[in-house]
Amino acid sequence: MIAGEGLEKRYGRKRALRGVSFDLPRRGFLLVTGPNGSGKTTLLRLVAGLAAPTKGTLTVEGERGDLGYLGHESLLYRELTALENLDLYGRLYRVPERRERSGMLLERFGLWEVRADRVSTFSRGMTQRLALCRALLHDPALLVLDEPYTALDDDGAALLDSELAALTGERTILLSTHDPARVALLATHRLVLT
Amino acid sequence: MSALALYTADVVALARKDLKLELRARDTLPAMLLFVLSTLVVFHFALPAGTGDDAAFGLLWIAIVFTALLGLARAWAPEREGGALDGLVLAPCDRSAIWLGKTLATLAFLGAAELVALPAFALFFAPIDLVAVAGVVLASIGICAVGSLLAAMAAASRGREVILPLLFLPLAIPLVVGGVGAGISPEGATYLSFLALYDLVFAILAWATFEYVVTE
Repeated sequence: MIAGEGLEKRYGRKRALRGVSFDLPRRGFLLVTGPNGSGKTTLLRLVAGLAAPTKGTLTVEGERGDLGYLGHESLLYRELTALENLDLYGRLYRVPERRERSGMLLERFGLWEVRADRVSTFSRGMTQRLALCRALLHDPALLVLDEPYTALDDDGAALLDSELAALTGERTILLSTHDPARVALLATHRLVLT
Repeated sequence: MSALALYTADVVALARKDLKLELRARDTLPAMLLFVLSTLVVFHFALPAGTGDDAAFGLLWIAIVFTALLGLARAWAPEREGGALDGLVLAPCDRSAIWLGKTLATLAFLGAAELVALPAFALFFAPIDLVAVAGVVLASIGICAVGSLLAAMAAASRGREVILPLLFLPLAIPLVVGGVGAGISPEGATYLSFLALYDLVFAILAWATFEYVVTE
């Protein structure tokens, strides 16, 4: 479903990604690891279509709406409430019964009680939980998660563990993390960037 | 739901989101209102007695253009802060809806500033007729259509505060010519037609090119 061949990305003179190749079949789970600055985020942005490779070819099957992306930023509006953010994205992502789906995700990620609060009042961990809700809102066929455990407390991380366990084998997943042991058992493929 | 109805619903949702954000954060509109009013007050005292209405209309347009610039500079700030533009770009909606929603919201803010500016201008300088008001409306549409696109381009760059005026002001010159002409020329209708043509051409250009501005 996803194939990269000789991927390279430059920002001016700086080379962010150098000659990366990989294949990931549909419903596979690719674990991307590597030290800071090795190009994990760049690679995931390329797969998400948020950047274009300078060299190499990248094939991602599916359409734009099939992708659920969680990046370093929450992609949320700080002055909208949790529910308003999900409602806006639900509309743009054509989610059927988006209010019910939003409510279900908010409840699952422990944010139902603060659904009417603005994101600007959230802690970093709560914002990350809401960003996960946003990424999962349209039940995407392809999940691209860039260090999803960042800022999550133990409960939040456990929630994400169970969510990933449920989605593994059902969805195609690309995930980068500095804690590979956490998802090592779920991953079907591994890519180490240097 | 038809494609057009979906598109319209997206545009309305995006514009409503911007209005809601502004109502809560009050980052842009108060600054625009204060700026346009204080500029006209300063011009009122700076303009020598006996200066004709023609010069005064020029000053009105200086106030409007720079007020619009103030609003445009903040237009994409909510998207920039949380990286929300990436979320919008990844959504399966038509990307031009993002531009159109932003244009409508910016137009609402500029319209509100003009609702204050025009009576203040009439009070301080000269009466305004319907043709001049039509000129303001048409020019505002052009300002927001072009400005929203350029502000999105500038928002992606590091020197956005400098780049936006550099890109926007040259393209605003025809709008100022048309707006001033509609206000002072006996052939105001010709200037209105010119403004309408500008709006049409640049709105189509911005609508068609926005996708390439927000994607790599």
